[in-house]
Amino acid sequence: MRMELIQPFINAADAVLAETLHSPAKMGDVSMEQEAYRRKGVAAIVTINGDIEGRIIFDLDPETAVKVATHLAGSPVAQSEETVGETVCELANLVIGNAITTLNDQGFRFKIQPPALHSAEQGLSGSEDTEALVMCFDTPSGSIFMNIAMRYHRRRRAERAQLPV
Amino acid sequence: MEQFAALYRSKDRQPIRYLVVDDSVFARKNLTKMVESFGGKVAGEAGDGCTAITEYDRVLPDIVLMDITMPQMEGIEAADRIIRQHPEARVVMVSSVGYQENIVAALQKGARHFVQKPVKPEVLYEVIKYVLGEDGVAAAAATAGEK
Repeated sequence: MRMELIQPFINAADAVLAETLHSPAKMGDVSMEQEAYRRKGVAAIVTINGDIEGRIIFDLDPETAVKVATHLAGSPVAQSEETVGETVCELANLVIGNAITTLNDQGFRFKIQPPALHSAEQGLSGSEDTEALVMCFDTPSGSIFMNIAMRYHRRRRAERAQLPV
Repeated sequence: MEQFAALYRSKDRQPIRYLVVDDSVFARKNLTKMVESFGGKVAGEAGDGCTAITEYDRVLPDIVLMDITMPQMEGIEAADRIIRQHPEARVVMVSSVGYQENIVAALQKGARHFVQKPVKPEVLYEVIKYVLGEDGVAAAAATAGEK
């Protein structure tokens, strides 16, 4: 996966998490994964279609998800409440939407589907084309993981390769 | 949350009525909190573009806050349909997906403004004041005008 695709996600996560959680987020571990994805807690998935195809999963362990939801709701939220999932979906929407904005303004053309709660324990493994990059952001509420598996659309990738550098 | 001078309709000094359209319940709650802090009232809510159109006809709001990425019908198409039926509609797009092409498309369909998420209350307040123009008045100005 190329850095030009990844950097906007890092920048967006930095900016959005700092803005919404009122405290700077620190980027922690970064790793590549070809293994099947294993959910850590409350996860939201966003699908991307266009010049770039793939999916991004935003994942928080249950305790962190409750802390983030409580912070954003401004009042205590229980782990069982729908608000927790809603919050994770909206956070994913904010980070991914902002990253997509940057990429589109750079000339990539694609759209995102609304975020959905990802409830499967496992699945969505990477492949040779869609090896997943996993990034961890440390926040005062806990660690927030972003798992990105994207690739250039085959036909559009060929068209892009023909463009002068 | 920051304190804002309440905004009213100039014609009858009633609170501004909003239609909040977003597929995320969380986002709708957040926007509701903000517009209430501006002295406004949420007259209706919708979670997709189709519902937004019927809700607009039902509540005839002063301002529509419209998300873009939604299931069934996206916000730009819903804004287009509402504005075609109600050219006076004041639709403000509120989305995390704010690339130029999207903004231009929304404005070409008649949306009055665009606010990128995460929404800063002070930005939304200024945009609403701007979009209302002479049809809206802030509390301090309203009091001054009455003296």
